[in-house]
Amino acid sequence: MLDGPSITAALIRSDITHVVWIPDSELGTWDAALSAEKRLTLLRVCREGEAFALAAGLHLGGKKPIVMIQCTGLFEAGDALRNVLHDMNLPLFMVVGVRSYYLHQQGKTADTCPIFAEPIMRAWQIPYVVLDKNHSADDLAAAIQQSHAAKRAGAVLIAE
Amino acid sequence: MLMTQRQALEVVLARRGERIVVTTMSSAGLWPQLSQSPLDFAYIPSAMGHAPSLGLGLALAQPEHGVIVLNGDGCALMSLGNLVTLAHHPARIYVVILDNGQYEVTGGQAHAGVGHVDYAMIARGAGIKRTYAFATLAEWQAGAREALSGVGPVVIHLKVEALPNQKTPKAPCPMSEQIRRLQEALGV
Repeated sequence: MLDGPSITAALIRSDITHVVWIPDSELGTWDAALSAEKRLTLLRVCREGEAFALAAGLHLGGKKPIVMIQCTGLFEAGDALRNVLHDMNLPLFMVVGVRSYYLHQQGKTADTCPIFAEPIMRAWQIPYVVLDKNHSADDLAAAIQQSHAAKRAGAVLIAE
Repeated sequence: MLMTQRQALEVVLARRGERIVVTTMSSAGLWPQLSQSPLDFAYIPSAMGHAPSLGLGLALAQPEHGVIVLNGDGCALMSLGNLVTLAHHPARIYVVILDNGQYEVTGGQAHAGVGHVDYAMIARGAGIKRTYAFATLAEWQAGAREALSGVGPVVIHLKVEALPNQKTPKAPCPMSEQIRRLQEALGV
């Protein structure tokens, strides 16, 4: 189950120091747990491109940030993402909520977010895994730790 | 008479102390002529408009150093929301907006709002308590000590001369080398 307390614990286990985010309705349910955890600093930004640049600065300064955003923000933040992951080559990890993922699978939505989320990740050459209702925060921790061990960027897409 | 960008940066140089200096666009071409500190970081190639956000991350990670960001007016306009973010997460960050009234490195085209944008007022409206605006070199020289010290965030608006026939500046060394040098200087 991907709830706030288990996600927060997974981030601590993965040595994450800062969460840079703009929540969506799913990620937003983690706010209270993330805010309450003293070993993490939750940094709220105004636009997703900022999140990647802010996380890059934290990384340059020796911290281990993670970016949490919705896929709509991922689409908006393409240039910042490209710069941080490919120009600067920083091994940044991100959690991206995919709006309408389940409804799209059932053919019950006109929302185009799920159509483009995974192709965009592949276009930006970001290794990713999709976490759905059958996954737990342990799977998030595993993905983060795998990314850190390989010193490369990575992502999980949260099915919403 | 407007100050030149080089004159504006010379004042910054005299006051930077041990702070990290993040440069972008026009300032990234000029700053290496004045300083070769390992605490200099030319944000090139960049994501346009995001130098203050990068600087905020560095300032939060390295509070003992603090960060000066040398931004352009065109860059500032591309991500005004980051002023709100700066206000929300107080840190030792000093954002200097070098306002030449144009997109200089693309050939000098005007940007939206040229001539009537009050960056200090926008910053205050975003919640940044310490803002400054200087229109001449004499004013900047007189005010820099106060503006570039004390608690952050600080936003400083400088009116500067535009340089004709500029090209996109190149970083003084590859990004990987810049990162290695900066992190080595920071001990991380």
